[in-house]
Amino acid sequence: MRVAILVASRAALRETSRADWAMPTMRVDCDIHPGLEGTRTTLLPYLDEHWQEQVISRGIDGLDLMSYPPSMPLCCRPDWRPKDGKPGSNFELLKAQALDAFDTSHAICNVLYGAQAVFDPYMAAAFCRAINDWIATEWLAREPRLRASIVVPMQAPDLAVDEIRRLAGDHRFVAVLVLVQGEFLLGRRHFWPVYAAAQQHKLPIAIHSGSQYRMAPSSIGWPSYRLEYYIAEAQAHQAQLLSLILEGVFAKFPDLKVVMMESGISWLPAFMWRANKTWKGVRVEVPWVDRPPADIMRDHVRLTTQPFDGPPRQRDLEQLLEQIGSDRMFLFSSDYPHWQFDGDCPIPAGFPASLVARMCVDNPLETFPRLQASP
Amino acid sequence: MADVLEQPPARAESPNANSKLKVIDCDIHPSLKTRADLHPFLSKRWQQHLQTYGGHLRTPFTSTTPYPRSSPLLARRDAWPPNGGPPGSDLAFMRRQHLDPINVEFGILQVLDLLVVSQQNQEFGAALQRAINEWQIECWSKPEPRLKASIVVGQDNTEAAVAEIERCATTGKYVQVNVSPRANEPLGRRRYWPLYAVTEAANLPLGIHVGGYGGHAPTGSGWPSYYNEEHHSNAHSVAAQLSSLVLEGVPERFPKLKFVFIEGGFGWAPALTWRLDKHWQRFRDEVPHVRRPPSEYVRERFWFTTQPIEEPENSGHLRDVLEWIGIDRLLFSSDYPHWDYDDARFAFKTPLTEAERAKIFNANARALYRLG
Repeated sequence: MRVAILVASRAALRETSRADWAMPTMRVDCDIHPGLEGTRTTLLPYLDEHWQEQVISRGIDGLDLMSYPPSMPLCCRPDWRPKDGKPGSNFELLKAQALDAFDTSHAICNVLYGAQAVFDPYMAAAFCRAINDWIATEWLAREPRLRASIVVPMQAPDLAVDEIRRLAGDHRFVAVLVLVQGEFLLGRRHFWPVYAAAQQHKLPIAIHSGSQYRMAPSSIGWPSYRLEYYIAEAQAHQAQLLSLILEGVFAKFPDLKVVMMESGISWLPAFMWRANKTWKGVRVEVPWVDRPPADIMRDHVRLTTQPFDGPPRQRDLEQLLEQIGSDRMFLFSSDYPHWQFDGDCPIPAGFPASLVARMCVDNPLETFPRLQASP
Repeated sequence: MADVLEQPPARAESPNANSKLKVIDCDIHPSLKTRADLHPFLSKRWQQHLQTYGGHLRTPFTSTTPYPRSSPLLARRDAWPPNGGPPGSDLAFMRRQHLDPINVEFGILQVLDLLVVSQQNQEFGAALQRAINEWQIECWSKPEPRLKASIVVGQDNTEAAVAEIERCATTGKYVQVNVSPRANEPLGRRRYWPLYAVTEAANLPLGIHVGGYGGHAPTGSGWPSYYNEEHHSNAHSVAAQLSSLVLEGVPERFPKLKFVFIEGGFGWAPALTWRLDKHWQRFRDEVPHVRRPPSEYVRERFWFTTQPIEEPENSGHLRDVLEWIGIDRLLFSSDYPHWDYDDARFAFKTPLTEAERAKIFNANARALYRLG
């Protein structure tokens, strides 16, 4: 099966150039970021009286994640940066730059404002709820091409479940969004009720780069630079995948999928090999993991394609894709408005046409089954 | 690992066997028989301290690892010396089981006992590191000149580490300086630069062997449940150290210093350098001291030991990685006597030419460590 895919992609690579890719008419961008100006400016109408009063009297604002200071170059491509306001915050610009420019038929909004990082679980729940109502009212209702992920307070899994249930009837919400770095690894049992609710409502778990900044990104301690932190997000994604697999989440929830968003991709093959090898050596610890972790990844794990961090040489890219051994794992994304590429083609150069077709249409439809339901 | 037990004795006809090739093994773990082995090298005060208080490490248990390993003392089950003592503590048995049958020309010692690099009582740590470094020479290198010692230092007591490196380097008996990838801060941070200055001046490579207790959780989301995850975090620790060293500008500042990552695997390295190069472009104004694409520093200045060998599902893919990383940057290591030991005769499941084998199993280490 894997070999067949590979042969097909190699042939495609030889025959196709970027210029003659026929773009599928349906094209799902699985990761865009509408910008949220602030708690007081944006969320106030969506908060109840108690939290409105709290926000105003305590000046609770400025929750942009430390991972993503809006002014840093990564956070907005220069030609997409609005004159006023935060990256991605202008509805008309987003429509023109992220949807029209890339012939996008559907785009999934992932809001990265810091509700998921506050310490008070009730404040977190209130802010998540407000963010979801804001995105539904001011974005989804105004633009039929937009979908969104449900932002949930993982600080309190029972409240996260409540939020999923509250919005489950609205099919414009197609995933559940969590940050890749939190207080606990995501495989831990106390998160399982969230996965039960997600599976029940056909919502994949979107694990997006970004951190609660509780712990250093790895065992070596706190890095100096944003660049170093961003590089380390790939390891944070790996740690979460291992946790989900080894704790038995996919054994317990066989229909659940997770999407690694803005994670990069090139780390995947070496990670698969190491996960398989270590599992072979010490699988006695986790008897519920009854097949190699890489096989579980190919079935349950998906990755968005921007930022693409693969090798610059075409031959190496072909080898990398061959090593990954699946054309089902990739999901097209632009990561708008983040500055991950220049020009008008968000598809990483050198991807074979057969893979491009899958990652723009088939894979998103399989991963986000609610895309097929009418809202 | 069961595979180790099932392997046949040395046979000349195995795919990669070549009886003429002498092996330089860059990761051998010698062990104390008992803590009393260190007494000749410790003052009365510290002998007593060791006996009364033992080590103070940022880990929950006094006498075992935080995550139970897959075998006692993480050793091969056949590595327990017949005359007693823990695996790796009996030189005669090490010769018989490993050095002679594998045809080890030189072995680089990596001492993990007592985790001297992670001791919280820094005065005690300084005494221990000195004792361990002397013990390596007296009990291993002297009786078995094939075994070469590393200068083990805890980088958080930077002043003591600098003094110990200088003391040991003048003897000419050590081939490397060893620090831990897990300490208070990432290795690139300036507080550790005095170590690099003396290491570079001594013309020794800086070895970074996985392990240690630095007080930080193994993952960015806290403590995992299983040894399997903790084991994987070893690779993450050295990968993150590569980023730290390069992005803080250590190779720029110390242009002759060479770095060796030991027991952290190597399959992750090519992808990490692509990732670094890509995002460095976007963040260049944050790290103006990094003047060239990160991959260039890695290609020129970083070496990787081979154990635990990468095992792709399709063994041909190992070939891709060897080429990406550079045949000249890989150093064979066995990790004797640990459970995930790599046997020089069987570890590489992809064909290598004689010239490539000569590099990975011998010539690369010979040049790096300036072995005769």
